[in-house]
Order: sequence, then structure tokens, then C-alpha cells
Amino acid sequence: MYVAVKGGEKAIDNAHALLAEERRGDPAVPELSIAQIKEQMTLAVDRVMSEGSLYDADLAALALKQARGDAVEAIFLLRAYRTTLPRFAASLPVDTAKMTINRRISATFKDLPGGQVLGPTFDYTHRLLDFSLMADAAEAPRAAAAPADDAAMPRVVDILNHEGLIEADSAPADAEPGDLTREPLTFPAGRDLRLQNLARGDEGFVLALAYSSQRGFGNNHPFAGEIRLGGVEVEIVPEELGFPIVIGEAELTECHMITQFTGSKTQPPQFTRGYGLTFGRNERKAMAMAIVDRSLRAGEFDEERRFPAQDEEFVLGHSDNVEASGFLQHLKLPHYVDFQGELVNVRALRAEAETVR
Amino acid sequence: MTRCTASDDAANAAARQGWMRLFALSDAAALEAALPGGLADEVRVLRAPEVGLVMVRGRTGGGGAPFNLGEMPVARCSVALADGTVGHAYVAGRDRAKARAAAILDALMQRPEARAELERTLIAPLSAALAARRQAAAEKTAATRVDFFTMVRGD
Repeated sequence: MYVAVKGGEKAIDNAHALLAEERRGDPAVPELSIAQIKEQMTLAVDRVMSEGSLYDADLAALALKQARGDAVEAIFLLRAYRTTLPRFAASLPVDTAKMTINRRISATFKDLPGGQVLGPTFDYTHRLLDFSLMADAAEAPRAAAAPADDAAMPRVVDILNHEGLIEADSAPADAEPGDLTREPLTFPAGRDLRLQNLARGDEGFVLALAYSSQRGFGNNHPFAGEIRLGGVEVEIVPEELGFPIVIGEAELTECHMITQFTGSKTQPPQFTRGYGLTFGRNERKAMAMAIVDRSLRAGEFDEERRFPAQDEEFVLGHSDNVEASGFLQHLKLPHYVDFQGELVNVRALRAEAETVR
Repeated sequence: MTRCTASDDAANAAARQGWMRLFALSDAAALEAALPGGLADEVRVLRAPEVGLVMVRGRTGGGGAPFNLGEMPVARCSVALADGTVGHAYVAGRDRAKARAAAILDALMQRPEARAELERTLIAPLSAALAARRQAAAEKTAATRVDFFTMVRGD
């Protein structure tokens, strides 16, 4: 028998009204503006842009406001918004060696051209709550300035590769990279698809996998070869022009992890590389991504795949928090009929078991 | 879409790349303020301002094969002036008015007489503002450069 169930419209409307009121909080407290979120919750905005896979700080801030600060919900909102827009073009690959540097450090080489530049970092803070932030500051904090030279900041892995001890980048093929927003993911996936997946992947998930690899669930003892943060100019070649033009600037975080490799039948001992790249300021995510990228390359280096971080299907299939959240939360949808079916089944089994006894 | 004219040689293209970049990296308000008055009758819209996406690509390892990093909203617009000069704009973000202003300015910059004026009133100040913004950021970053020193141990 099929029983159509209707109802709940009023309850749903009222639940949404209640949500709106609770989102706003106490009306006696001034409402947050998008500009405030964008300017002062910058790392939350950057995470939403990065995993929402849409470089738009205003929309990420709006999504955070609408989602009451729930990052995964905000990411979902951005992903949904992007599906409403046509795609005009793909950019030329950005050149991170030409980044306007905001931070650039290497844990492997102390003295490198361009130097170690800390930038705005939480590192070396004492992680003590700053109670002065509970009051409005009398004046805005001011950063120090020092003369800036135009010293080039080449990528560490490139300048230190002349001995051939570090794996070189594969030749820059102009092959069209796979796009998992266009075609469903199939396995084995190329490194292009793995990097796209990890770049949009959940920070917590990617972090935990990287951590598992570091702790021994995978053969990965990486060094942070370089971490850099800064702006790159994004170029496209519009059909009507036929030459590249800059359309804007994107702030990116890039990480190169370097892992010792003792060699295989076909490859000499050398340092191998894992790569992380994200929109915005997402250092922890970029570092974790680089470790997981290297873990997933196990097959290239004849390494035995034994652990989750080395398992492409496991990692890529579970990294997306919008998909994961959707599948988890669908359990809230009415399953009355399924459950009725199972109830009948369990009752029958139990009756049968009692008869036997 | 309208193709560029044959006179659009490499040097012209390079100059055009320069101003189009500057428009994309500058505030919308400055571009709109630079539009000459009384232009409305002359501007014919070839492609109305619209917002879409650009897939931003990186390279594996920074220098290897390309991969898709994520998308960026972009506004675009194409216009023609009465003499047939065509202007295009692609500017990151969702600001249709900025795209329209940039497309009109792109067309005007291709007219020698308008260009001379705009070089002085628009390009120079926009260029200076971009350089100043980058210089200020670079100086703050430079102040965080680590100066290592070696502790000499007396044995």
C-alpha cells in the first residue's frame, strides 16, 4: 500500500522564521555587516572560498553570515551559487614564482634568495587569549615597515634543484586537465584531478589524513621545503582578442613538501615532492594537501599502498564536505516506510528465533 | 564576436594588455569617474555586461602540468563606439558597471586623441595607485624578513 503523506508546510515556514531570528541574535547587538566579516573574519572567509571553490570574498562573507558561521553550510551555499553562472574561460596556469609575496618560509634551507619572510603569522604567538580585544581598540594596530627591495623570490625547489637531488616537475604539458565539476570522478584519477579534489577538500579531513601519514600510517616523513602566500595575477585569452589579458588578482597559499625517497628499480634515490595550492590564506590546508598529494603518489615510486592516505579511492571519495554532509544529513529525511519494512522484518526474525528456541 | 582589426599588431596588443590589466586591478569608481560625459549616445553595446566564471588553473608542483584549482567570478562587456572602435573588458568580480566602464575605456584608449588624454588623467594615476598599494604591502612584509645571526660559542 502506498500512502502519500503531506503536511508540515506551516511548521517548515515557522522553523525558517525561527532560524532567521536566531541567526540575527539579540537585536540590541548591532548586526554584522558583510564588510566586517570580510575584513575581520578573513581566515574563515578564505576557507569558505577555498573549499567552496569560488574566489569571491564578498559572497563567502555573505555565506558565512547566512550560515551563522557554519563553514560547511557556507561552502554549500557558494557551491550552489556557482552552478547558476556560465563558465567563460579557463585561465592560463598561474605562475606562483611571480607571486607578490606576503609570506615565504622554508624549513629546509635557511639562507635562500629572497630570504625567510614571516608575514602575518600565528606562529610564535603564545596562544594566550588577548583580553584587550574584548574592548574596542582606541586605535587600529599598525604594522612595521622596512625598505622593500625587488629581490626575486624563486621557488625553493627550483633554485635548489641543480644537483638533481630533488625530483623535477614533469614537463609542463599543455594537456587539458580533467575537471571534476564537469565529469564524475573515475579511478585511477590523474594527479590533476587529485589536486583539484584536494584543493576543494575538507580541511579537517585532509589534515587528519596528513597527520595519519606523518604518524606512520603511510611512508611519509616530509620537510616543508617552502610555504608561500601572496597574490598572483590571473590571465585568460579571450577568443575575441586572441592574446592574454589580466582579469584580476588572486591570493594563494602554496606549499612544497619534500620527502626522502630511497630509490626504486627505475629511479635513483632523491627527494620527492608533494604539492599543495589553495585560494586565500590557508596554510594548514596547503601543508596537509602537499603531504596527502605525496602519499597518493605511492604507485609512482613503487611504494606499497597499505594505508588510507595512500588510497586514492578512499581519499578522493570522502574529501568533499558538501557531498559528505549531504549524504549524512539525508538520514534526517523521512524514512518511515523503509523503517516500517525493517520493523516487520525484525519482528518476523524474532518470532522465528523464539519458535526455534 | 568582432575580431580585432589588422592594425592590431603586437605593439598595440602589448599596450592594450597593459591598460586592460590596469583596469582589472583598479577600483570600479575610478573607471566610472573617468568616463567622458555625453558618451551615452555614442556607445553601442555589443555584449551586455554579464557575470560568469573563469576556472583558475595552477601547475602541479608549481611548474608542471596544469590542474584546475577553482573558479573566480568575472564580469565582461563589449561595446562599439560610433566610429566602429570595439572595446572589450573582462574584470574579476561581479561588478557589471565596472565591466561596462572598462570596455568603453578600452575602446577610447584605441583612439589616439582620447588615449593621450586618458594616459594623463587615468592611466598614470591608476598605475601610481597600484604601485603604491603594492609597495606599501611589500614594505610591511619586508619588516618580517628574518635576519639570522650566529651565536659564537667560546670553548
